[in-house]
Amino acid sequence: MIYIDVERKMLTTDGPRKLEVCVEIEKHQLVCLFGKSGAGKTTLLRMLCGLFVPDKGVIRIGDKTVFDSSKKINVPPQKRKVGYMFQDYALFPNMNVEENIRFAQDVKNLDEVESLLHTFQLEKLRHQKTTRLSGGQKQRVALARAFARKPEVMLLDEPLSSVDFELRQSLQNEILKSHELFRSTTVMVSHDKDEIHRLATKVLRIGKEKITAFENPTNL
Amino acid sequence: MSPEFIQTLLLTAKLALSTTLILFIIGLPIAALLAFTRFRLKVIFEALINMPMVLPPTVIGYYLLVAFSPQHAFGGFLERWFDLRLAFTFQGVLIASVIFSLPFMVQPLQNGFVALPKSYREAAYTLGKSKMETFFRVLVPNIKPSIVTGIAMTFAHSIGEFGIVLMVGGNMPGETRVASIAIYDEMQSLNYSTANQYSLILFAVSFVLLVIIYSVNRHFRI
Repeated sequence: MIYIDVERKMLTTDGPRKLEVCVEIEKHQLVCLFGKSGAGKTTLLRMLCGLFVPDKGVIRIGDKTVFDSSKKINVPPQKRKVGYMFQDYALFPNMNVEENIRFAQDVKNLDEVESLLHTFQLEKLRHQKTTRLSGGQKQRVALARAFARKPEVMLLDEPLSSVDFELRQSLQNEILKSHELFRSTTVMVSHDKDEIHRLATKVLRIGKEKITAFENPTNL
Repeated sequence: MSPEFIQTLLLTAKLALSTTLILFIIGLPIAALLAFTRFRLKVIFEALINMPMVLPPTVIGYYLLVAFSPQHAFGGFLERWFDLRLAFTFQGVLIASVIFSLPFMVQPLQNGFVALPKSYREAAYTLGKSKMETFFRVLVPNIKPSIVTGIAMTFAHSIGEFGIVLMVGGNMPGETRVASIAIYDEMQSLNYSTANQYSLILFAVSFVLLVIIYSVNRHFRI
């Protein structure tokens, strides 16, 4: 479960505005954040994982309060069990596929690395440098690496924005499969209504008003 | 080759290697500080580090010589407390060389850090890694071309340094007489063939270092 009740000032092309969110996301949901560019979707993800600090409010992940402005609690990203898949995947070029995954483990466990390589069909690519991978392969490595830390919450920042239609479909399957396999709560940014129909259990429309309620993916 | 010739070359190599090693160790955190943090007076700090690029070596040499003098506070302090004299010694020349070559190490490293996508750092943090671990396992290994450039430029610059070494160290064989000073000295004594030998070696070393920089950068670009 994620409870988030925060606000943060943002600078947008239309001038400064405030992003206000107050929602509770149940466990194992796949929530899509939908809205115009600059609306605050990435800002919300970044507040959840600790890369941005809200101006005020509370964030709870499971039983743990990771942010509370009134109690001056701000758990750093390293100590939140939140996985984040970046838009550019942020794979480390100095490591090969397997090393990228191993790097993410808190406790070394080679069996789990093997299992992740198998799940994401990366066994044959394990010794490849990540700079030589295709877009789809990079995404699979980024997903495997993010799941290697066994996060309670997985955040995906426009994971499919730079891939073509055919690849998009197979990558959507990967996301769905890993979401179900690892039983995580997933929050994902997407601009694509078809994609949201396919993947999301709930939708949060990020706009100018305070965000307090979910929408049904079919109502978009 | 005379023993004095070998001795001068070895001293030159010792000075350049020590300068490069010290600067690599202190240059990494300085470059990271300049690349990743914002603080008041950062421009002043940055300007001070890069001063040796624009300042005549004799100016820095003069100030260091004054500072090292036992008649002044810093030099007096070193002599009283540590029995250490820096003026006209190898240690003094080494300090001068480190200060003078600082921007040649810091600038390439800083440029390397700035060019890295911010998401590398953020990804490592969300994967549970501390700032220190992120720095040594993700950031430093991904600026290899900048490291090679910084090391080669610092080494080459230290080998070729003349003015500041002459000011701070003088021309003492086996202590402060490095190849660039020896060339000048041999020329003054009309020993052209020895001057020529020194010059050829410095020319070859500088050329090889630049070839290394360009080939390494080319390799990483492809």
